[in-house]
Amino acid sequence: MPDSAQILRLLPEILLSVFGTLIMVLDPLTGRNRKALLGVLALVGAYCAWIGALVSYANPGPAFGGMVTVDGFATFFRLLVCAIGFLTVLASMSYLERNELPQGEYYALVLFGVAGQSLMAVSGELVLIFLGLEISSISTYILAGFLREDAKSNEASLKYFFLGSFATAFFLYGVALTYGATGSTKLVVIRQAMEGKDANVVLAVIAGALMFVGLAFKVSAAPFQVWTPDVYQGAPSPVTAYLSTGPKAAAFAIFLRIFFTTVPQTGVMWGWLLWTCALLSMTIGNFAALVQTDIKRMLAYSSIAHAGYVLVAFTSCTPIGAAAAMFYLAAYAFMNLGAFTVVSHLSGRREQYVAIDHYAGLGRRRPFLAALLTIFLLSLVGIPLTGGFFGKFYIFRAAVNADLLWLAVLGLLNSAVAAYYYLKVIVVMYMQEPKEEVTIEPVPATLAATLVLAAGAVFFLGVYPGPVLDFATRSASFSRQ
Amino acid sequence: MLDTALFYIFAALTLGGGVLTITRRSAVHSAIWLITSLLGVAGLYLLQRAEFLAGVQVILYVGGIMVLFLFVIMLVNLDQAAKEKRFSGQKWIALACVAAVALQALWFVSKGAGRFTLGQPSIAGENLGNSEHVSRVLFSQYLLPFELASILLLVAIIGAVVMAKKRI
Amino acid sequence: MSPSYPEAYFPILLQVGLAVLVAGGVLVTSHLLGRRVRNKTKDSPYECGITPVGDARGRFSVKFYLVAVLFILFDVEVVFLFPWAVVFRELGLFGFFSMLLYMALILAGFFFVWKKGVLDWAKRGR
Repeated sequence: MPDSAQILRLLPEILLSVFGTLIMVLDPLTGRNRKALLGVLALVGAYCAWIGALVSYANPGPAFGGMVTVDGFATFFRLLVCAIGFLTVLASMSYLERNELPQGEYYALVLFGVAGQSLMAVSGELVLIFLGLEISSISTYILAGFLREDAKSNEASLKYFFLGSFATAFFLYGVALTYGATGSTKLVVIRQAMEGKDANVVLAVIAGALMFVGLAFKVSAAPFQVWTPDVYQGAPSPVTAYLSTGPKAAAFAIFLRIFFTTVPQTGVMWGWLLWTCALLSMTIGNFAALVQTDIKRMLAYSSIAHAGYVLVAFTSCTPIGAAAAMFYLAAYAFMNLGAFTVVSHLSGRREQYVAIDHYAGLGRRRPFLAALLTIFLLSLVGIPLTGGFFGKFYIFRAAVNADLLWLAVLGLLNSAVAAYYYLKVIVVMYMQEPKEEVTIEPVPATLAATLVLAAGAVFFLGVYPGPVLDFATRSASFSRQ
Repeated sequence: MLDTALFYIFAALTLGGGVLTITRRSAVHSAIWLITSLLGVAGLYLLQRAEFLAGVQVILYVGGIMVLFLFVIMLVNLDQAAKEKRFSGQKWIALACVAAVALQALWFVSKGAGRFTLGQPSIAGENLGNSEHVSRVLFSQYLLPFELASILLLVAIIGAVVMAKKRI
Repeated sequence: MSPSYPEAYFPILLQVGLAVLVAGGVLVTSHLLGRRVRNKTKDSPYECGITPVGDARGRFSVKFYLVAVLFILFDVEVVFLFPWAVVFRELGLFGFFSMLLYMALILAGFFFVWKKGVLDWAKRGR
C-alpha cells in the first residue's frame, strides 16, 4: 500500500487531476457568464501543481515500486509543463471568450493534458509512460478540433488523431516487444537486462526502433513531421501554442529518459539515426518555412526546425547534450508560447487574420504587441540577450564537444536560413503599410500578463541562464548512473 | 488432442470470419462476420490460458467495439458505398502485405519455436488462474496505472462530448 | 486449477453446442417441414402492419453515436471491475478504496455527461 511519502512524490499529477476533475464537475453547474471563474480555477490548479512539483522535489526518490522516480530531471520537466499549462490557460481566456467556445471542457482538458505530460516526465516505467502519453495526446487531439464550426480545425483534429494514434501504436508495439525482449517494462531493469546476457538483442533493437518512430512523431522530427503544418495551422492558436511546447517538451523528456537509461552506449547504436533525423528536421523545417505566407504555418515549420536543434543536442549523447536539450526546450517553450499568443490575439474572430501580410503596420498601430512579437521572434532566431541564443549556443557547444562538427556547422547554417523568415515578419510589421483593413481589438489584461510573463522568461534565460542551466546539468547526469 | 482440435476450430472461425468480413457487400453483414472472427480470437486466447484477455476480448471487442461499428454503419450513407467497386487499387498493396506476413510466418514455423528466446517475465507464474493473477498484479504492482486509466477515460468522455454534442 | 484446461470450459462448450443445435435445428426443421408461400405481402417486414417507408439504411443522428462512444468508455471501466471482483476478498479494504477512487473519477465523468444533457433525448431548453 502506498504511504504518504510516495503519494507526495506524485503531488503535481494528483493536484492537476483533482483540479481538472473539479472543473469538469463544476462546469455544468456554473452559469454561462461566470465561466471565467473556471479559468481562474485552472490557473490556481496549474500554479498549485507547479508548487507541488517543488514540494515533491524536497523529498526525491522512487515511488510505487520504482514506477515513478522523482529526480531533478523529472522536476525540471514538471516545472516546465506546469508553467506552460499556466500560461496556456492565461493566454486562452480572452480567445475562448471572443470565439464563444466552451470554457470548462477546455480548461479541464488542458489540466489533464498537463497531468499526462507531468506523468511522462516523472515515470521510469513504460506502461506509465504510455498512459501519460495517451492522456496528453488524447486531450490535445480534442483541443486541436475545438473550433468546431471551422473546417480547418476539424481537419487538424482528425489528421492529428489518426496519425497520432498510429504513432502511439508504434510506441506501444515497441513497449510490448521490449517486454518480450527483456522481461520488464521498468527502464532500470531493462538496462540491466541489456547489459547482461538475458536479453534478446535483436528484438530489443526492433523495439527501440518502433519506439523511436512513435516518439519522433510526437516531437515532430523529420521524416515524421508531415502532420505538423496542417495541425498547427488548423488548431486554434492558443492550442497551437500549447501543442508546440507542452506535449513536445514531455515527449522529448521521455525520449531522453528512455534512450539514455536503457540503451548502453547510445551513441554507437543510434548515433547515425539521430544525426540524420536532426539534420532532416532542421533543413526541412527551415526551408519550408521560408516560403510560407501564413504565420501559423510558418511557425509550424519553424517548430519542426527547432525539434531538429534539440535532436542535435540529443545526438551528442552526453549529459552536457541532455542538459543543453533541456535548457533549449525551456527557452523554446516560452518564446514559442509568446509568439503564438500574439498570433492568437491578432487573428481576430474565427482566426481571419493569420497571413503575414496582415501584420503590416503593426509596429505603428500596436507598438506593445509588435515589440513583444519582435522579442519572441528574435529569440527564435537566437539573438544574444534572449533565451534562444543561449539555447542554441549550448546545443552547438555540446555537439562540437562530442565531435559532431559537421552537424554543428550544418545546424548553424540552418539558423542563418531561419533568421530570414523570422526577420521578414519583423520587417513587415515595422516597414510596410497595411494593404487591407485589419481590426485589432484592445489587448485584454490576461493576454498582456501572459506575454509579459513569457517575455520575462525569455529575457531571464537570455541574460541570466546560469541557474537553469546548472539545474539542467545536475539533473541530466541521471543518464549515466 | 482436444486442444489441437479446438485450436483449429477457433483458427478457422477467426480466418473465415475475417475473409467474409472483407468480402461481404453489406456493411452489416461484414460487421456480423467480424464478430465471428473476434469470438474466434477470444477462443484462441482461452486456449492459451489467458482467461482475462478472452473476457476482455468478448466484453470490449464483441460487445463494445462492435456496437460502435454498427452505429457508425448507421451514421454513414451506405447507399453510395454499396454501388462502388468492392476493391480499390489498394488491393495489390494489401496482398503484398499479406504475402510478406505469410512468408514471415513460414520462416518462423520452419525455424521452430525453440530458436526464439524471449526474456523471462519479471512476474513469475504461480499455480493460479490467469484472472486471479492479473488481478493481483493489477492491484499491487500496477495500481497506479490502473487509477490513471480512469483519468484517461475521463479525458475521452470529455472528448466525446465536445466532439459529438450538437450544442455544448 | 484443473489439470486439463479445456475440460474446465466443457460446460460452456456444451452450452454453445446446444445453442447452435437448437437455433440450427429450428431453422432446418422449419425449412424441411414448413409450407412455403411466397408473395409480395408475405415477404414484407410486417405482414399485417404498417407498410415500410424507404430503406432501413438511412442515416441516423450523431446523437446515437455519442451514446455508443460513451457506452464503450463505460464498458472499458466495467472491464476493470472484473479482475477486481475476482480478488476483492483478499484485497480487503485497500482494494475497496482503490476501486472507490477509480469509480469516483468515472462517476465524475458520468455526472458531466448527465449534466451536459447528453442523455436528454427529448428536446429541452438546453
